[in-house]
Amino acid sequence: MGKPMKIRAASKDGVTEIKVLMNHEMETGQRKDASGATIPAWFINQVTAKLGDRTVLQAQWGPSISKNPFLAFRIKGGKAGDTVTVTWVDNTGDTRTDEATVT
Amino acid sequence: MIEHPMERRQVLTLLGALAAAGMVFPRMALANWDKAAFEARTMDEALKALGAGTPATGGDVQIIASDIAENGAVVPVQAVSKLPNTERIAILVEKNPSMLAGSFDIAADTIPDVTARIKMGQTSNVHVLVKADGKFYTASKEIKVTLGGCGG
Repeated sequence: MGKPMKIRAASKDGVTEIKVLMNHEMETGQRKDASGATIPAWFINQVTAKLGDRTVLQAQWGPSISKNPFLAFRIKGGKAGDTVTVTWVDNTGDTRTDEATVT
Repeated sequence: MIEHPMERRQVLTLLGALAAAGMVFPRMALANWDKAAFEARTMDEALKALGAGTPATGGDVQIIASDIAENGAVVPVQAVSKLPNTERIAILVEKNPSMLAGSFDIAADTIPDVTARIKMGQTSNVHVLVKADGKFYTASKEIKVTLGGCGG
């Protein structure tokens, strides 16, 4: 299991803004360690965001996304008390899901 | 290497239990990930893999980022589409070994305005590719990198 994400979701004037900070190394597979051995690629390659049970964003990522990825986007609708669920899957099959309540 | 049948069996049993509990999705991870697009070596290849061909340029797609990124490991990029029925937004870095940083599928009620942080190995053009109503549009911006973010 990956480390927890930080999710903030705030609704204002009928628009909900969602900000997600994930906790992941995002190794490119290009770097070498001190002994010269290649550090294997290890990165989040899929992200799904839901508002309630509705999928609002699905992303596919490559290793060019930065370490501890940040993602921000906005949705029409949503209100205080709604649940935002974000799930990521990495290239090793590891996955993490976290929730936040819209404020 | 010496085989340890007991250990291997235990590991397999554990994996099976995890899969049964819905905690491991290796097949899903492989099925949906657009390998060809992420492993493309040239812009043409990447655009082709994304099904884009030659995208149109115009003011309806915007890329918002600072001109100079001091740290190539963390470059904030905002990709905005003003086109109706935007289905997908992709961010590509021309001079990165993996050009396609990410693609975002936008649901109907989601505003096509996505911010992410990318890595940049060196100064490069960064492209935003938008698919709207089945057609492709693009916008580009050169971002200068003082310190590369992909080296070791």
